[in-house]
Amino acid sequence: MTNRGDPLVTVPLHRVAHGRAGDKGNRLNVSIIPYDSGAYALIAQQLTEKRVLEAYAHRGATGVKRYELPLLPALNFVIEDVLEGGVNGSLNLDGHGKSNSFLLLGMTVQVPQRYVRPAPD
Amino acid sequence: MQHPFRVGNCAGFSGDRVDAPGPVVDTLIELGGPSAVFFEVLGERTVALAQLEKRRDPARGYEPMLVRLLEPILKRCAEHAIPIIGNFGAANPPGAARVIAQLALQLGMPELKIGVVHGDDVRGRIDVSTLPVYEADAALDIGEGDIVSANAYLSARPIVDALAAGAQVVVTGRTGDPSLALAPLIHHYGWAYDDWARLALGATAGHLLECGAQITGGYFYDPGFKDIPDPANIGFPIAEIDADGRLIITKAARTGGLVNAQTVKEQLLYEIHDPACYITPDVTLDFTQVSVREVGPDRVELQGMRGGPAPEKVKATVCFDGGWMGEGEISYAGANCLARARAAGEVLLERLRLRRLAVQPRIDLIGVASVHDGDGGALWRAYDGPAPTDVRLRLAVSARTQDDADQAAREVLALYCCGPAGGGGVRWRTTQRVRTQSYLMPRGDLAPGSWVKSAKELAA
Repeated sequence: MTNRGDPLVTVPLHRVAHGRAGDKGNRLNVSIIPYDSGAYALIAQQLTEKRVLEAYAHRGATGVKRYELPLLPALNFVIEDVLEGGVNGSLNLDGHGKSNSFLLLGMTVQVPQRYVRPAPD
Repeated sequence: MQHPFRVGNCAGFSGDRVDAPGPVVDTLIELGGPSAVFFEVLGERTVALAQLEKRRDPARGYEPMLVRLLEPILKRCAEHAIPIIGNFGAANPPGAARVIAQLALQLGMPELKIGVVHGDDVRGRIDVSTLPVYEADAALDIGEGDIVSANAYLSARPIVDALAAGAQVVVTGRTGDPSLALAPLIHHYGWAYDDWARLALGATAGHLLECGAQITGGYFYDPGFKDIPDPANIGFPIAEIDADGRLIITKAARTGGLVNAQTVKEQLLYEIHDPACYITPDVTLDFTQVSVREVGPDRVELQGMRGGPAPEKVKATVCFDGGWMGEGEISYAGANCLARARAAGEVLLERLRLRRLAVQPRIDLIGVASVHDGDGGALWRAYDGPAPTDVRLRLAVSARTQDDADQAAREVLALYCCGPAGGGGVRWRTTQRVRTQSYLMPRGDLAPGSWVKSAKELAA
């Protein structure tokens, strides 16, 4: 870990990264982009496919595939069968799954304080 | 210095802000140089909803805001040789073309050349029993509904042909969304249809722009974390592509919102699965080597897009009759409101069982757990956080018939007199649904094309 001896703090991913959700059929993708590129490796280490699948288990997710884009840098998670039929079949108010980036951004990560965005006043 | 070619986006979905096109066109005129604008208003199921509308009225079935969107810009675009391209034809491109022709006549432009792309409607050409299902849809239950619509994603080529024939407005139904922006670039620069590197440049520009404000601060703004200027007046995006293959994203002048590395990264990955293999009808895109760089205020340059051959098979989306959805909502507020709302939810589920209605239900407690919950309601049942001051209970059901959906939704109405204390503000409704499934069709099964006519010919 590249923490240069800084103590790690446990924070919601939302304080360290931003992201966006998109849908195609019953498949959801969520991008995760660190505010500071330096946090990429730490985030990638902690946001495993297994952990993300657990976060969407109550939605019926059957699989997660993670794609890495170290040049941007960003991660792209593709989550299967999570939209309960997609925009045309779902009974969810948010059939597109547009609010789902914030479900993933609610997961916690451990990073040095310097990568953590301050909470707004 | 030679001007780059600029492509402006004027709408990112059906329902977008109708005053967005004006500032985009103003900016393109001020900057000078060759340019085009496009409208992307056709979501995955929008064409099916348009097809249902066309069944009710054969003259309709196109983008309902068409005149509102085009009226402020049509004349200026024609005067400044800025072609307008849009998939606002939806289920009825010739119908949309006739409406644009009428508008052109009212504006004193009888010679306006209007192109129409055809060949995306593949009902009768597609056999869903034999074609392979597009992978993202493999687990969808499409039921046994009748086919409402079937549309293939056409490439940029018929749009390019219409532009070459002099079209000043090109109306399409279903095409690849990025193709709408790629087409005027192919037309302007004369790119070959197998020049994958250049097609990748144009298709990437189209991908970044096709959702309008999503790259200029919309679907992005997160107060305190990702702030944007003047969010009520977000400017729509403009891409600059020069002859050397440089791609810069910017936006309409004197508008709110912003373009920075963050907005561009979010939109680059929007609706992307494997970033090494993003398939469009024109070119297969590889974003794995893309980097972004802020090169000025509201100006971001992208480098490293790579292109490969277009797919042999073409995606076609088929929409089936999907039965009905019934919804009802009721509010509880103040002391013990969470307990009263939860009790009302359990009462509703028991009522549906007692009445033996043929429906699949779901309960939400809006304000406590809703859009992040599953149909099973694990989150709203388990919630033990702070007591809310206001909760809105929602029942949603799917049903084969409108009557079952309506009867279930009306159980929420009955809570006024029969439910827990202090329930108010009931709304209920039923909605006809369509279900979509995408298939892969051999390209040779399609016969896309286009024609061009003047406004006065079309209106006659």
